[in-house]
Amino acid sequence: MKAFTDLIFTTDFFYSILRVTTPLLFASMAAVVSDVAGVPNIALEGIMLIAAFAGMFFSYLFESALAGLFFALFFAVLAAGVLAFFTLYYKTNIILGGIAINSLASGGTIFFLYLVAHDKGTSVSLASKVLPNVNIPFIESIPIIGPVISGHNVLTYLAVASVVFTYLLLKRTALGWHIRAVGEKPDAADSVGISVTKTQAIALIISGVMCGFGGAFMSMGYVSWFSRDMVSGRGWIALAAEAMGRQHPLGTAATSLLFGVADALSNAVATLGWPSDLVKTIPYCATLLGLAIFSIRAYKRAKAA
Amino acid sequence: MEYILEMKNISKIYGNGIAANRDVNFNLKKGEIHALVGENGAGKSTLMKILFGMEPPSQGEIILKGEPVRFSSSKDAIAHGIGMVHQHFMLVESFTAAQNIILGMEPKKGAFVNEAEAVRFIKDLSKKYNLEVDAEAVTRTLPVGVKQKIEILKALARGAEILILDEPTAVLAPQETDILFEELIHLKEQGHTIVFISHKIPEIKKISDRITVMRSSRTVGCYETKDVSEKEISNLIMGCEMDTSIEKSSPKPGDIKIRVSGVSYTDKNKVKVLKDVSFGVRSGMIFGIAGVQGNGQVELVDLMTKRRSLREGDILLGGKSVKDMSVRDIRKMQFGYIPEDRIEQGMAAHESIGENIISNRYDTKEFCKNGLLDYKEIKKFAEENIREYEIRCSGSDQNVGMLSGGNMQKVVVGRECSHEPEILIAEQPTRGVDIGAAYIIHKKIMELRDEGCAVLLVSADLNEALKLSDVLAVMYDGEIVAYFDNTEGLNEEKLGLYMLGLDRHDKETVRRAENE
Amino acid sequence: MSRERSFTIIRTAVSMAVAVLVAFLIIVLVSDQPLESIKIFLLRPFSTKRYIGNIVETAVPLIFSGLAMAIMFKANLFNLGAEGIYFIAGITGSMVAIWPKLPPVVFPFLCILVGAATGMAVMVIPGVLKAKYGASELVTSLMMNNILLGVGLYILNNVMRDPDVASLVSYKYRTNSLLANIVPGTRIHVGFIIAIVFAVLVYIFLFKSKWGYEIRMVGDNGTFASYSGINVAKVILTVHLAAGAIAGMGGIIECIGMHKRFEWSALPGYGFDGAMIAMLAGNNPIGVIGAAFFVSWLRVGADLVNRSSDIPTEMISILQSIIILLISAERFLHKYKQSWIEKEVK
Repeated sequence: MKAFTDLIFTTDFFYSILRVTTPLLFASMAAVVSDVAGVPNIALEGIMLIAAFAGMFFSYLFESALAGLFFALFFAVLAAGVLAFFTLYYKTNIILGGIAINSLASGGTIFFLYLVAHDKGTSVSLASKVLPNVNIPFIESIPIIGPVISGHNVLTYLAVASVVFTYLLLKRTALGWHIRAVGEKPDAADSVGISVTKTQAIALIISGVMCGFGGAFMSMGYVSWFSRDMVSGRGWIALAAEAMGRQHPLGTAATSLLFGVADALSNAVATLGWPSDLVKTIPYCATLLGLAIFSIRAYKRAKAA
Repeated sequence: MEYILEMKNISKIYGNGIAANRDVNFNLKKGEIHALVGENGAGKSTLMKILFGMEPPSQGEIILKGEPVRFSSSKDAIAHGIGMVHQHFMLVESFTAAQNIILGMEPKKGAFVNEAEAVRFIKDLSKKYNLEVDAEAVTRTLPVGVKQKIEILKALARGAEILILDEPTAVLAPQETDILFEELIHLKEQGHTIVFISHKIPEIKKISDRITVMRSSRTVGCYETKDVSEKEISNLIMGCEMDTSIEKSSPKPGDIKIRVSGVSYTDKNKVKVLKDVSFGVRSGMIFGIAGVQGNGQVELVDLMTKRRSLREGDILLGGKSVKDMSVRDIRKMQFGYIPEDRIEQGMAAHESIGENIISNRYDTKEFCKNGLLDYKEIKKFAEENIREYEIRCSGSDQNVGMLSGGNMQKVVVGRECSHEPEILIAEQPTRGVDIGAAYIIHKKIMELRDEGCAVLLVSADLNEALKLSDVLAVMYDGEIVAYFDNTEGLNEEKLGLYMLGLDRHDKETVRRAENE
Repeated sequence: MSRERSFTIIRTAVSMAVAVLVAFLIIVLVSDQPLESIKIFLLRPFSTKRYIGNIVETAVPLIFSGLAMAIMFKANLFNLGAEGIYFIAGITGSMVAIWPKLPPVVFPFLCILVGAATGMAVMVIPGVLKAKYGASELVTSLMMNNILLGVGLYILNNVMRDPDVASLVSYKYRTNSLLANIVPGTRIHVGFIIAIVFAVLVYIFLFKSKWGYEIRMVGDNGTFASYSGINVAKVILTVHLAAGAIAGMGGIIECIGMHKRFEWSALPGYGFDGAMIAMLAGNNPIGVIGAAFFVSWLRVGADLVNRSSDIPTEMISILQSIIILLISAERFLHKYKQSWIEKEVK
């Protein structure tokens, strides 16, 4: 137990919480924007995976992390665009469309990984780049807080900004109002000449951009390579966080942080020699448990009303 | 240029093969109120959807101010000065009135919406047109009449010169209708052209300058209102002198079959939507409940049918409390329920007529042997119903979703009424169906009542309520505020006073609704 | 046949054709000898008895997962838990196949029973959470997949692992537990017959029985179902249990039919395949057999191409995604349909 507490109460551990929450924040904000627009994007997982691969590959190809980021975003938007095209124009069921994109991402990235790296596991043989870490002046020198808050990957700070962005977008901007209107009552939006399809497409693209950042972080920040199915369920955890945050950006961010803690914990205790097969399931167990508790409470509340 | 708008030879065929408009012609003069009349299903709404750019016509042309136009979306129509107030309001309930009106044309301040400016704009607008609304109130909390004003303001804010109102009075009490008419005349005086869709003839006579009549997807003709009598309009709508009156023998009330006592209900927004409602329905009688929609009728029926759970008071069906029964237990009694929303509640659209018409007793011996369904028997039963109710379809295998509204409703009524129910709850049984179907449905309900069924009829259509009911209660704000033990001498104006809460019966009279 | 149905069939056929064409395109872009590779892809699967056998063997687990997903989809449920169930039912069934000593016939029967029971037990969690509390079965089932993989690997590593073998595999199954071969010269096993029998049973269950009627009504319109007196929560749970049992059977049958030991070290991917196969089949259990054969033909073809020209077999998931997207695209080919209908009305 002592070993456990020693592990938890360190600045390293708290630092790692922010680090592992980064992709969850991006993905859960992507979930918020698309879900509020009435097009629940369940392809978060796949889009992040595609972005992670593109980021790795193009940063290797152009020997530039920035190029990697650009192409990660480009391919994420492309994938979100394909999803939008099929669900909005061809009326593919949004859930099935999401399943298709996820399957495409999972197999497609391995397919291309093999073509470029002759390996179906990881891309370590390719010298890809990572995005820089940022030390925040003043804050970095504050004891305890400094080492936790400063020195993160640039995308970690962007993830926090994405929460503020999502909040302001939905609350204060015209586009945000349109997104909300389209999600709550599409006919109302249509009756004033707001194109439902176009607005939902924009929402999906925005969620694609956020997944792009999340995916880029995975292969160019969290680690410095791509490995098969490396997003490993984060897209789904983000969906659970969004449901529990009741579509609200701040509530969703808080829930994501909670799941981030579970993730950080599973990474930390792995060093204690606990059975790794089981330790790896901690984030999923936490999500399942969280979703179960949330649903049961919501059910009881609805029944009591 | 005589007409501000002309629609020539418009045809529309939907994806399921139903032709809603065939060679329709329609025109408008500037500054008139033009009534578009016809029965449900005659094609009025489709024509207006085409005019408003919501549906492309399969054929035909639209000429606006002498120029041929083609609208690919309602946005185009709006840009050309056409506005529409839909029968079902197109409002985002969680938005404020201001947000709803300004949606899609928000004033900006930097990246954000300038909300103060929006509120100011709406105050000016409502002053100009004499349509007062509280700009900052959340739409969900507003009464129907105000929501309608918001809809009209929405159109005016976008510069609508031609304003289409789709059955605007269907949701209003008679007194609210009068206020609406004053507002419309005010708009007309300011040069707006108004299309007024309705099938209530006295209203049309009162408000319109000209009338276009539609019947079974075609235009019958266009007339000056002053030149045609109410009777003539009616004949034009029906096509022939169809007798839709129902013979009503005097009721022979038997035992109490439905007993509602002291029922109150608080919904999830903590609003008390039912307040101590008590009444009783005996077999062999039709108990009508009239009222403007949204005064607790839906919740009452939901409690009776277990869609919501009952906490205060009790409801007995055939002597047993619904608290002790599941929906299935209720269904196992001789019980029929025609729901308000046939598409949401009353059918599985992608399944056949046969599968739909047995859903309330698919597991009885009649249709189910050793766990397997007897499809021969189901087909036979479905075909009997198709004949009896004159359901227009290609056969019992056709999916219910492919039928027209009236025929869908006949499937629902067939299912709920063809097993000799002892209790029938009919909730808006003929809303949105054509006159022929309505007649068949009314006749069936009356037949059941004569055979001794206890019928609870919930209707916002006063005409229907007065025509069928033996006794009539009026609901207002979650309460029964009036009770009449016969409908003689009652008329819509008189009921309107109770429906709007302007008048109410004393406690003793209302207590008689219990039919002890 | 109704216009609607003919169109569904045409759309399915076009989607399959597009998938094959995309396969050609990939081969042309990647292969050094494109024409030869396309020929291999299309025809070699039918060239020898062994390859035809491969198609049939590959189809067996696909049929089971397709059936499990067809039941789910018919109830309008999106539970992808078959994935994890294949793995964990393989583990529990394998434990039976490794340890006790039992006579033939009874032995594999017991293994399959344990696999099915495991699948049902697993499905109780997302089933109850959905039926009673409305939690998204999609998210819970995906979380379950990862958890089941972890638990399964833990058991494999700590209980069943054969220390004499370098790779991560279990001890050998007892010979009596293995499913008998039915076509000499191939590896086609009794599991194939079981799969066909179950396709027929599921067909009767879904389209002829009152339980199937309940499932279909719930799937089409849950509000209508409960209005009609159907207990929707019970139906949702039943569907979960039925699909769980079938997926569980599929998992263990693949293990004791095709392998001598438990060999999976990651999720085998059958859950997602099942979704696609059910869609190809229009959720018709008999159609599932055909869809499974189509997909297994693609697989065997891709595998043979991979051997000769180094194109990764993951090509298949690209094709799969295209099939899912096109088949579920309601308005795909819509223009032709509309003009057809308009002509007929005139």
